[in-house]
Amino acid sequence: MRSAHLECARLQGLKPALELRSRILSSIRDWFSGEGFIEVETPVRIPTPALELHIDAEPSGDAFLRTSPELHMKRLLAAGYGRIFQLGPCFRKGERGTLHNPEYTMLEWYRANADYLDIMADTESLLTFVSDSLGTAAHRDGSPFLKVPLMMPFMRTTIEELYLKHAGWNPVEAYDAERFEHDLIARVEPALPRDTPVFVMDYPAQAAALSRRKPGREAVAERFELYINGVEIANAFSELTDPVEQRQRFETWARERKARGAAVYPLDEEFLSALELGMPPAGGIAMGIDRLIMVLAGAKSLDAVMAFRE
Amino acid sequence: MAADYTASDFRKGLRVELDGIPYLISEFNFVKPGKGAAIYTCRLKSLLDGNTYVRNFRSNDTLKKPDLEERTMRYSHKENEDFIFMDENFEQFTLNEKVLGDNQYFLFEDCEVHVLYHNGRPVDVTLPTFIEKVVLETEPGARGNTATNTLKPAKINGGFEIMVPLFINQGDTIKIDTRTGEYSDRVLKK
Repeated sequence: MRSAHLECARLQGLKPALELRSRILSSIRDWFSGEGFIEVETPVRIPTPALELHIDAEPSGDAFLRTSPELHMKRLLAAGYGRIFQLGPCFRKGERGTLHNPEYTMLEWYRANADYLDIMADTESLLTFVSDSLGTAAHRDGSPFLKVPLMMPFMRTTIEELYLKHAGWNPVEAYDAERFEHDLIARVEPALPRDTPVFVMDYPAQAAALSRRKPGREAVAERFELYINGVEIANAFSELTDPVEQRQRFETWARERKARGAAVYPLDEEFLSALELGMPPAGGIAMGIDRLIMVLAGAKSLDAVMAFRE
Repeated sequence: MAADYTASDFRKGLRVELDGIPYLISEFNFVKPGKGAAIYTCRLKSLLDGNTYVRNFRSNDTLKKPDLEERTMRYSHKENEDFIFMDENFEQFTLNEKVLGDNQYFLFEDCEVHVLYHNGRPVDVTLPTFIEKVVLETEPGARGNTATNTLKPAKINGGFEIMVPLFINQGDTIKIDTRTGEYSDRVLKK
């Protein structure tokens, strides 16, 4: 155990960052309320987590801690809730590093009868609203924060453009998962601009996750990631609403997970039944709030913005 | 055959073996882009020469558990650059500055240490978790200042500097955590 004095000094040193954190959270809620969204809460402890190839869930008794609130929020969408958001904890087993904590705060929002471009517009509007609302307070307090000015429009680029320019190949035409991930870390992310937020759009269909394919260009998925200061902040989709394709994707990931020796979770049949009944076309996004606060604070590690790290 | 570690077991402070060399994972980071597979970035510090390098591992990678043996001995004295220790049979052992690292400043006469041997070679030294040292030099703290949120530098023997609370004065005896090299408590007020 550390000296209580050192621990106390550490927590006191975090006060400006925790105040910034609190202001950002209330400003986020203000924006959603102004846009007519309702805040929802879905279970943190769930019978089965959303299947994804590279995400592991933390078991909790005979259930699991959620890795994301996505499937429950989509059940609300299918039941006719058109504009919903949620701010709350998510858990990912074994994810621990300067940009990861096994427990973290996620913001998710969904819009019915919308797609990823609408979510992109939401994201720009939300983040400039948050930044503006902090700007005044930050100047008044002489705060050292807000090293990244958020001004519209954010830069938009595609995966194809980035890989052709920085890695010399096109992952949409000839996808190779290992090469794709290697070059993302080694070549593409380091080349992203630091002076503006960037939307990286249109992923190869093999990396679609839960997004739909682009109508008229099936090789591309309607998915984007937001980067600020080279750090991945959010992931968004035009949501996949086809229950048949959704089931196939879950089954493929379950097979691949089994082949890799990873835990295989049962399919979320309640979610799939809701899709079968019908979910409106929708756009949705998941945003890492600890990371957002970190980049807004000009910090390099989550240590600077989370009071207690695992 | 020694047991293996898989990438998800990797932690700061874990001792592993790679190509016959024992390493300490001195820094550890986890990278996971987009929806992709995790990459475990480790700074490996050789327990043989103290050199470090960075290496990436994937989820399925494994490392061996090194074959290490620990011996208990007591610190005797320093001869030039060498630190001399003796075990209970009065057999003499020599350790150098590089193996000791910051621990060289925390030694005191008759201090019991555990020395880690890899294939018969001393590679690492563990001191008692808490040791006591006299503060030889520090700025006086403001009278009556009992603030807990500010720390100041203080020197112990060998000129080694650690951060202490403001109420610590020159001549005080403090407790140091040798695992972190951090101040832990005041044991004696001058």
